[in-house]
Amino acid sequence: MGLLDLFRSKQKNTASLAKQRLQIIIAQGRAERGGPDYLPMLKRELLEVIRKYVHVDPDAVEVSLATEGDHEVLEMNVILPERQGAGDP
Amino acid sequence: MSEVIVVTSGKGGVGKTTTSASIAMGLARRGHKVVVIDFDVGLRNLDLIMGCERRVVYDFVNVINGECTLKQALIKDKRQDNLSILAASQTRDKDALTRDGVERVLGELRADFDYIVCDSPAGIEKGAFLAMYFADRAIVVVNPEVSSVRDSDRILGLLASKTRRAETGEGKVREHLLLTRYSPRRVADGDMLSLKDVEDILGIPVLGVIPESEEVLQSSNSGNPVILDAESPAGQAYDDAVARLLGEDRPLRFMEAERKGLLKRLFGG
Repeated sequence: MGLLDLFRSKQKNTASLAKQRLQIIIAQGRAERGGPDYLPMLKRELLEVIRKYVHVDPDAVEVSLATEGDHEVLEMNVILPERQGAGDP
Repeated sequence: MSEVIVVTSGKGGVGKTTTSASIAMGLARRGHKVVVIDFDVGLRNLDLIMGCERRVVYDFVNVINGECTLKQALIKDKRQDNLSILAASQTRDKDALTRDGVERVLGELRADFDYIVCDSPAGIEKGAFLAMYFADRAIVVVNPEVSSVRDSDRILGLLASKTRRAETGEGKVREHLLLTRYSPRRVADGDMLSLKDVEDILGIPVLGVIPESEEVLQSSNSGNPVILDAESPAGQAYDDAVARLLGEDRPLRFMEAERKGLLKRLFGG
C-alpha cells in the first residue's frame, strides 16, 4: 500500500460483492433450468387461482419438480397469510 | 480419431475469436492437422484475426449449399501448412446454416483433420447452437466480470442439454474454463473476480488464464494469432493452455500482481 493510500478512504471490495450476487443468481438459474418449460406458467396460473380466494404474496407460492426414483413429484407450497383475508373472497 | 472443439461464451467481446485463432495455431504447431471454422454468419472476423482476409473466395455457407467443394473453400495458413481456415459467410440470411449441412461438412472434415475448432458467435441463437451441437469438447471463454460469468453459466446449461452428446447419451461434452483479460493487479486490489471466485461459481476445470495484455490488440492489428508472439504473456499463456488441452500438466503463470517500483509504492498508482 502506498503512503498516500493511508490518507485515502479504503475502497470497498467490489469483487466479493460480485461473487455473492453471481452465486445467488446462478443458483436460481440452475434451479429453473432443470424443470420443464411449463413450470413458470403453471406457477403464475396457480397463483391467480389462489388469489381469487386468499390474498397471498407472489413469493408465497413455490412450485417445484423433483425426481424420486423413476417418478417425478410436483410439489406445491403455499404460505397463507395469518388469518385475515382468508375465507372471504 | 478427430475431435470437435467449440470455443464459446454467450457474451460477445470476451475473446472467442482470439482464442480460436491461438488454440488452432497452437495445436497445429504441435504437429496436429487442424481446421478452424468461423460460425459467425453475417459477421465474418476469424479471417482478419488469422490474417487471411484477402484470400477468402468461398465460405462455409457456399460449401453447405454445394456451390463449391470443401477443398476449394479451405484456406491453408501460410505460416503453418497443417492448419486450415474455413471462413464465415457474409450473407444476411440467418437460416444459411442448417444442422444437416453442418453435420455433413464436419463429417467430411473429420476424415482429414485431427482437430476441428469451431469459433462460435455470441448469443444463444442458431449460429451458437450449431457451433456447439456436434462438439466433443468446449472451451468456455470467460472474462472476470459479472455479465460474462452469468452468460457462461447459461452456455454450460446448453452444453449439458442441447448438444448431440447430451441428446444421444454418448457422455458429456468435456468443458474447459478459459479466463481471459485477467488482471492480477486488480484482483489483488479486490476490484476483480479472482480465478478461484470464477471456478467456485462455474465449477468447471481450468484450461488457462490469459492475462490482459497489450500484445493481443497488436496481434489482431497485424493478423497474427497472439500465440505466435512468444515474448508476450498472453502468447505464453495460450501456449500453456494448448499444452493442457493435450493433457500436459503445466502450472499457471502470470497470476501474481507485478511488484511496484519504489516511487509507485510511495505515491500509489
